[in-house]
Amino acid sequence: MAILKLTDICKDYQQGREPVRVLKNINLSVEKGEYLAIMGPSGSGKTTLMNIIGCLDVPTSGSYELDGQDLKNLSDDALAEIRNKHIGFVFQSFYLMPKLDARDNVALPLLYADVPLKERRERAEEALKAVGLGERMDFLPNQLSGGQCQRVAIARAMVTKPAILLADEPTGALDTKSGHQIMEIFRKLSEEGMTIIMITHEPAIAACAAKTYHILDGELRTEDAEEAEHET
Amino acid sequence: MVENIRLAFQGIWGHKLRSVLTMLGIIIGIAAIITIVSTIKGTNEQIKENLIGAGNNVVTVQLNQAGYPYDMSWSDIPQGVRIITEETRQELTRIDGVEAVSLFHSRNYAEGVYYLNTQFNGEIVGIDENYLSVYGLQVKTGRGFTDTDFEQFRKVALVDTNAVTNLFGGESPVGKVIELQNDIFTVVGVVALSEEFAPTINSLNDYWLYADSSSGTIYLPDAVWPTAYRFDEPQNAAIKVKNTDVMANAGKAAADLLTEEQIIGSDSDFDYRSQDMLEQAQQLQKMSESTNVQLIWIAGISLLVGGIGVMNIMLVSVTERTAEIGLKKAIGAKKKRILLQFLTEAAVLTSMGGIIGVISGIGLAQLISAMMQIPVAIDATAIVVSVVFSTLIGVVFGLLPATQAANLNPIQALRRD
Repeated sequence: MAILKLTDICKDYQQGREPVRVLKNINLSVEKGEYLAIMGPSGSGKTTLMNIIGCLDVPTSGSYELDGQDLKNLSDDALAEIRNKHIGFVFQSFYLMPKLDARDNVALPLLYADVPLKERRERAEEALKAVGLGERMDFLPNQLSGGQCQRVAIARAMVTKPAILLADEPTGALDTKSGHQIMEIFRKLSEEGMTIIMITHEPAIAACAAKTYHILDGELRTEDAEEAEHET
Repeated sequence: MVENIRLAFQGIWGHKLRSVLTMLGIIIGIAAIITIVSTIKGTNEQIKENLIGAGNNVVTVQLNQAGYPYDMSWSDIPQGVRIITEETRQELTRIDGVEAVSLFHSRNYAEGVYYLNTQFNGEIVGIDENYLSVYGLQVKTGRGFTDTDFEQFRKVALVDTNAVTNLFGGESPVGKVIELQNDIFTVVGVVALSEEFAPTINSLNDYWLYADSSSGTIYLPDAVWPTAYRFDEPQNAAIKVKNTDVMANAGKAAADLLTEEQIIGSDSDFDYRSQDMLEQAQQLQKMSESTNVQLIWIAGISLLVGGIGVMNIMLVSVTERTAEIGLKKAIGAKKKRILLQFLTEAAVLTSMGGIIGVISGIGLAQLISAMMQIPVAIDATAIVVSVVFSTLIGVVFGLLPATQAANLNPIQALRRD
């Protein structure tokens, strides 16, 4: 059963007077446990697609089913709850709270799910251990390296046990070695059955995923389709 | 909520200078209000003490004619006014809040009173057995009046310490003889207030208020008053009450009772009125309050300006923390939670300003009191109201920035790097 199903998704943005269609009839079905990458140059619409998949934005038309639930006409707060429960975000620039230590950063989504403090702490510590930061729970973000910060962010994404992990250029701000570490963690998560959708423009990173989609001018194609195109 | 407050403190601590500058308007406003309220209260308490005396809860009920106190020294025996009997005195003691009642005759300016060649120009009072205890007077040297003094119409007298100074040149008067209305009286004792009450004299008005009694007082047993002065003079009453709160009511009740029982005929222009020092004190207090209420309004404007300052800084803070807000919304924070976070931050900021303002206000009030001899009294209600009010300012002026934060679009918030 598909955990995520986009049908005929279109997204228009008002630019001046004319609406500009950023996404054109996107169809995408992701099975549970799949590990896929979406590639595309800047301006191709990949961030818009990621925002829609991440329930940060709503499509102009088309339908979106997440975990069997149709996400139509939901309020901002209802979408916030879905993001909290079903989606783990990893961003290029980490977005850690600078005044909170690693543990409290990871525990933050649980606060919004009204989990009691003691359980929040325990689950955050567990998630940090899983990304190999068990020794650095009390560190502030500015005391951690970029790679470690991204690992904290991954722990924060995983702490709510979401249905999908959504990563936007997860290695974009990192050196090659740290990037490999992050990819190693993703591989392990994927082996454990986690659904991962990764957006990147680096072919080397995209190669870590089992399946790669390309997005160009708002249209989505699979790798195979593209290869077929090249051959003809 | 606890989490929000903790985060708010962290935020404030993280921007120490900015937070203090933001709070400054609130601090100044609250400090000004606390200082003003403290000095008002202090002045009021001083006025009350000066006029009625601390712990000396006595109200005098005097015979009035056409609204003015009837002065026996210059006037005839009032027609149609009875002498107050022991039964009526007993009745007065049964009025609510009354502890003791004394009846007395008096002359404000003594005439024909001499010791050797010195003329006395103080007050003469003809007193009953209750007078000393009602006014809190104690015999310091010699003795007081005994039952025998009253029963046998003995020509004896007590003097107060002012009279000792003015009439006897500071020597002990006990056993000495004074001339009073061509008669001879023997001084048997000296009385003074058991609790020393020294009036504070701040102004000429205060001076005149106390100058009257500064020549001293000579007390005679009321039994001999008729022979020394006149027969059939109606007495005045001194009524000691439990506390100042019941003073006005008890005084009025006593005056009504005496008017009812003592005055013959309903068309008489005589009546008894209580000389209510408390009322006079309240009038003075009102005057000092009304000037200070204007000052409180000015301090209120400072609070308003402070509130706008808080709003301004909170708006800056929301813009600065766009990414933080975006991330929080992305990972599932609902609008209400973001709203609450910023409201809490504003409220904590202004409450801290309020608390610092209260502390500096108390300090300032003490300083003024030490430097200018203005009494201050710290008012607990003012403190509580100030802190609550400053919290309220935070909530009100934090509402706009907090709403702005809560309505931020997470995509746009996260895009700004």
